Amino acid sequence: MSDADVKRRNFLKTSLGAAAVAIAPSMLLYKVAHSESEDASSKVRWGMLIDTTQCKPGCNDCVTACNKENGLPGGTTPTDSQWMRKIEIKDVSTGRELSLPMMCQHCESPPCVDVCPTAASFKRADGIVLVDKHLCIGCRYCMMACPYKARSFVHEPLHNQNPDVPRGKGTVESCTLCVHRIDKGLQPACAESCTNKAILFGDLHDANSDIAKKVLSVASVQIRGDLQLNPGIHYQGL
Amino acid sequence: MPTLSALHFKNRLFYVLLAIGGLVLLAGLYAVHMMEEHGHIITGMNNQIVWGIPHVFAIFLIVAASGVLNVASIGSVFGKAIYKARAPLASLLSIAMLAGGLTVLMLDLGRPDRIIIAATHINLTSVFAWNVVLYSGMFALVIVYLWTMMEQRMNCWTRPAGLAVFVWRFILTTGTGLIFAFLTARQAYGSALLPPMFIVLSFAWGLAVFHVVQANIYAWNEKEIAPEILRRKKNLLGIFIIGSMYMVATYHLTNLYFAHKVGFEHFILRDGGIYPNLFWWGYVLLGNLLPLLLIYIPGLGKTKCVMLASLLVIVGAFSLLYVFIIGGQAYPLNIFPGYEVSSSFGDGQIASYHPSIYEFLLGFGGLAIAFIITTISVRVLNFMPQDKQYIAD
Repeated sequence: MSDADVKRRNFLKTSLGAAAVAIAPSMLLYKVAHSESEDASSKVRWGMLIDTTQCKPGCNDCVTACNKENGLPGGTTPTDSQWMRKIEIKDVSTGRELSLPMMCQHCESPPCVDVCPTAASFKRADGIVLVDKHLCIGCRYCMMACPYKARSFVHEPLHNQNPDVPRGKGTVESCTLCVHRIDKGLQPACAESCTNKAILFGDLHDANSDIAKKVLSVASVQIRGDLQLNPGIHYQGL
Repeated sequence: MPTLSALHFKNRLFYVLLAIGGLVLLAGLYAVHMMEEHGHIITGMNNQIVWGIPHVFAIFLIVAASGVLNVASIGSVFGKAIYKARAPLASLLSIAMLAGGLTVLMLDLGRPDRIIIAATHINLTSVFAWNVVLYSGMFALVIVYLWTMMEQRMNCWTRPAGLAVFVWRFILTTGTGLIFAFLTARQAYGSALLPPMFIVLSFAWGLAVFHVVQANIYAWNEKEIAPEILRRKKNLLGIFIIGSMYMVATYHLTNLYFAHKVGFEHFILRDGGIYPNLFWWGYVLLGNLLPLLLIYIPGLGKTKCVMLASLLVIVGAFSLLYVFIIGGQAYPLNIFPGYEVSSSFGDGQIASYHPSIYEFLLGFGGLAIAFIITTISVRVLNFMPQDKQYIAD
């Protein structure tokens, strides 16, 4: 073996070693960064049971908590994003009045997902309906299709965003069921903030969960149940 | 023979027209820049009226682009000579309007910079995604069709290409109607009647645009259209107007029959302010009844009458689309049937919409694109209908 060959081999060995040293930490960090997130499981179906008899007219705590958690300014002009809103309703035939929170109903067959041209609107395996802000082109077809008017379009440049809840000018957004909290084992902000315990959050598929037991024992409805979209949000006392 | 000075004048006029079109287009681009910079906050659109004036312009252009091809189809597919002579011009108008309409639709997106995603991530359940394929396919197909007509060696392929365009545009306009037909919850939409309604509307609107352009081309070339040909074409427009009125009437009558849609119909046809006004005065009277009188009253129906009737049909088209698209969203979504509702998000209230100048600039920018493509093309290529001695076929 000539001297030049040995030198070349040594050079290649050293280069390989250096490359390995350079790549290893980033591989490790990549692993660390991704080790926390497990894929959502279809064994779980996140949902809510909202007891309208406990929801107080004029109380806006859930909406305020939602805005704070998701970094929304909380304005109520027609161009402001409102992921969650309180609706006052009155039965035309009986005059009975109720107050209830309205947001994305996280349908099993979401029309927003069906109509989205780029598949930016999608449903996680655990039933949470989300918008991929990198794929949304801002066509607003999902807003036309949503039977609950649950979606908002970002009309203006954004400032001071919450890093856990990225938003984007020119894209559509809606209640994420506080997916960033759920993935950490926490409850959605609205459910946690409700002093009257009107919002019960949990796994509808888990027979031992409070929500699954309660939807078995009390009468509840899904809003616009006639559309057969099977929303994850149930309402009691409606 | 035109004199030399007349030719000079026309030459200058051509550039003036082009400059006007260019300026309107520039104004449209300025509106796009402003919308990009500031967001849709500078438009009149909001979270209740999510589609506004740009969509009225875009859908008019796209529907008319499909309908104008009727002239070509009657020629190439059904072999009628006077329509065959007009097929190249009809195809050109189709390409021009499709380009204008799609540009408006694309530039109104919240993120027009991401338009490529519409091609790289296709959701097969979305009729919007189908339309991306249908619109681009239509564009390509009509160019091929035009090529088979204008290149003599390719003439043998004109009939199959014409047939393909004929089928494609039916599917395309069905797709445009389906955008609304697939909306399950909104009172104004979600009807299987909408795709055929859009197809019939496209016939009338496309032919109206064709008449306007044809009349201008004849005037430019100092020629007059043969009275027999004009009579046949104006009668066809009359039939299309009657057909579209029938479809629109059927759509509203079926809605009126369903108790849960009566409120919406009363809003659109009687109580909704600008919407019933635009519907009755703009669409029904100006867009249908007056054109029918201009076409069918004995003694009328000459070139100028047909031109005026066609312009009125276009006015009616914009009125109807405004009522259909914006009125349909303005009426509150019925989330709680049987309840009166109110909220901070406009539930239970008629949504208000005040279109801004930027939306109009964008819409007119789309018209300018169609205008520029047409003007340059008819100048540099021969799109003048070449009629042989008229023989009824």
